[in-house]
Amino acid sequence: MKIAITSTGKDLDAQVDPRFGRAAYIIVVDTDTLDFEVIDNSENKNAFKGAGITAASAVCDKGAQVLITGFCGPNAFKTLDSAGVKVANDATGTVRSTVEDYKAGKFTFSDSANAEGHW
Amino acid sequence: MIISIASGKGGTGKTTVATNLCASLDADLMLLDCDVEEPNAHLFLNPNITEEKKVNAPVPKVDLSLCTRCKKCMEICRYGAIAVAGKAVVTFPELCHSCGGCMVVCPEKAITETDRFIGTVETGSLGLPEGASFGQGLLDIGQVMAPPVIKQVRQLEGQKKLTIIDAPPGTSCPVIAAMKGTDFVLLVTEPTPFGLHDLTLAVEAVKLLDIPCGLVINRAGLGNDGVNNYAQKENIPILLEIPFDKRIASAYSKGELLVRALPEYKEIFKGLYTSIEALVNRKGAA
Repeated sequence: MKIAITSTGKDLDAQVDPRFGRAAYIIVVDTDTLDFEVIDNSENKNAFKGAGITAASAVCDKGAQVLITGFCGPNAFKTLDSAGVKVANDATGTVRSTVEDYKAGKFTFSDSANAEGHW
Repeated sequence: MIISIASGKGGTGKTTVATNLCASLDADLMLLDCDVEEPNAHLFLNPNITEEKKVNAPVPKVDLSLCTRCKKCMEICRYGAIAVAGKAVVTFPELCHSCGGCMVVCPEKAITETDRFIGTVETGSLGLPEGASFGQGLLDIGQVMAPPVIKQVRQLEGQKKLTIIDAPPGTSCPVIAAMKGTDFVLLVTEPTPFGLHDLTLAVEAVKLLDIPCGLVINRAGLGNDGVNNYAQKENIPILLEIPFDKRIASAYSKGELLVRALPEYKEIFKGLYTSIEALVNRKGAA
């Protein structure tokens, strides 16, 4: 299955970016083969409004079923939830170790946002 | 004639000037409180509210059976108020600015508008001056879109010869909505570095709108002469200076009009109106 992880860099050894909407990159990894695809989020990073919503839409487009990040705000969560994408928060370490942690069942899915919206 | 009273910085005395100007004139007038996030002119004027009208803002509603998930709506929305997520289309009514853009660009005509309650407009009458009318907007708690409520309050304009608008502070959309199309902007400031900083922003906004303006310096004697120097440099007339006076603060704290506590101010505010009238007529003649 495909999972999306927010990342500070473009490969599996990059650190997880704790932000979702304004993460540098979002890496979509196949948990079986470790094949991955990089979403360049740089344009969205400086978005005027709605960064979380746009990033959530991009994650859905890539067919990811799970998003793992540090913090996910209410609008991003609502968007992902509508598309049936599950969200796990509080990730740290590298993208690769996060995939391993996920496969080892170390994440629990959240049922709501874990960060305040930005005004 | 429509006079809007704005400031840039909050707490400089917009409402003090608006309510006392209103109470000093015998003219056929109305006061509109457009500071819809926290209208407070009513505290000083005690209007008799006789009518209440709901304000709704149109927000998009998507017919999923017609939608092809082409994302054109999402691309045009600057505020992220509509998003395609997988097979779902999500809307965020609280982010929507009601521009209707998503509806226009939708090739399948899958988007229609539905109303969302955002606030109330109240109207009534004033005792001072006799026969004057009053209107105010109240943005509903939790809502952030003030301009549609302000525009509804301003629909009341034109029923009287003179309209005085108490504008919100700042220089963003709500202030523009309150000042746009008025004949004169009276800027109220205080002679402090904070007052000057925000006044400078407000003056820039007024210039963009090409409306004649003048200045009231409240709490004069406090701070420094930065505002006076700025006004001189920018050629903005200082129409009134209200001194930093404990008696004025005391009346304000009790919700009492300045012209009632210190009746000599009635002539001063009448004089302010005469100066504004002259400036507006001069602009009209030019």
